[in-house]
Amino acid sequence: MHELSIAMSIVDMAQEEAARRKVYIEAVHLELGTLSGVVKEALLFSYKVACDGTLLEGSRLVVKDVPIQVYCSSCKMPKTLKSMQLFCCPDCGTQTPEVIHGKELTVTALELKQ
Amino acid sequence: MNPARMLEVRKNVLKQNDVIARALRDRFRAQGTLAVSLVSSPGAGKTTFLEKTLTLLKPHFRVAALVGDLATENDALRLARSQVPVKQITTGTLCHLEAAMIEHALEDWNLGQLDALFVENVGNLVCPASYDLGEDLRIVLLSVTEGEDKPLKYPTIFNSADVAVITKIDLAAAVEFDERAANANIQAVRPGMQVFKVSAKTNEGMDDCLQFLADAFTERSQKMTV
Repeated sequence: MHELSIAMSIVDMAQEEAARRKVYIEAVHLELGTLSGVVKEALLFSYKVACDGTLLEGSRLVVKDVPIQVYCSSCKMPKTLKSMQLFCCPDCGTQTPEVIHGKELTVTALELKQ
Repeated sequence: MNPARMLEVRKNVLKQNDVIARALRDRFRAQGTLAVSLVSSPGAGKTTFLEKTLTLLKPHFRVAALVGDLATENDALRLARSQVPVKQITTGTLCHLEAAMIEHALEDWNLGQLDALFVENVGNLVCPASYDLGEDLRIVLLSVTEGEDKPLKYPTIFNSADVAVITKIDLAAAVEFDERAANANIQAVRPGMQVFKVSAKTNEGMDDCLQFLADAFTERSQKMTV
């Protein structure tokens, strides 16, 4: 359970931006890869706790799931995996060790209060 | 109502950790030291494997170990029997090691020139997957008593590792361990991963695994001199 410390990092980062730009934040947008090792539900819960008593209290965390995208050396193009339990091209079955997307744990945007 | 005002930022949440990890990796490379981390569930045999590995490597290489644990220093005491420099990192309630803890542990530790630094993570197959420790090689251990489907249950950490070591192979028959299924599951979540089967108790399979490590140390130190 490391989602609380991840949530605190997100809140710290957003607070810093908010203070620097003198704005109020309504929501934090996050890209979360399937391979990030972070559980979305636990992160959403932890986010609320991490926001308590900060400038971000009452703000939302908007999570965009990023599926695992791999490179298929046979099809010679990126493919999206159907299951994280099978790193094979969904179309031709070639093993696909090369991961292109899916490890994201990235704050992409801050939604500001009007 | 106005549309929401969006401020693009694009920042990696674990940036702080990644920056320290990168600095550690550069430092290990510059010193010709290979950093090897071990991850597994609690009780898979990380400490026993590491104690045997350090003992057998000691006559040939300069090795040291950092070992992470929640509350006790038992593992460091066990590893100290191998008579190489060992330091415990007690994490309190934290379920994983972070790059800053490695940096801090190395601060007041004058090790001179090391061929390899082993880092034993906290026993946990979930959280350590997210944190880069600056290691060159991440070994995931899986004991025969845990069941062949562990890689499928924890694909993230298996995918993040470079090498798999199946431990307690001396117990394989007793627990009816299906080696073929275990291998297939490892390859499903991390195609091409090299797998070693060992018993740190009987030494079965240790030679191959140590040879692999020794080759990696040598390659690292040669690269440094070039």
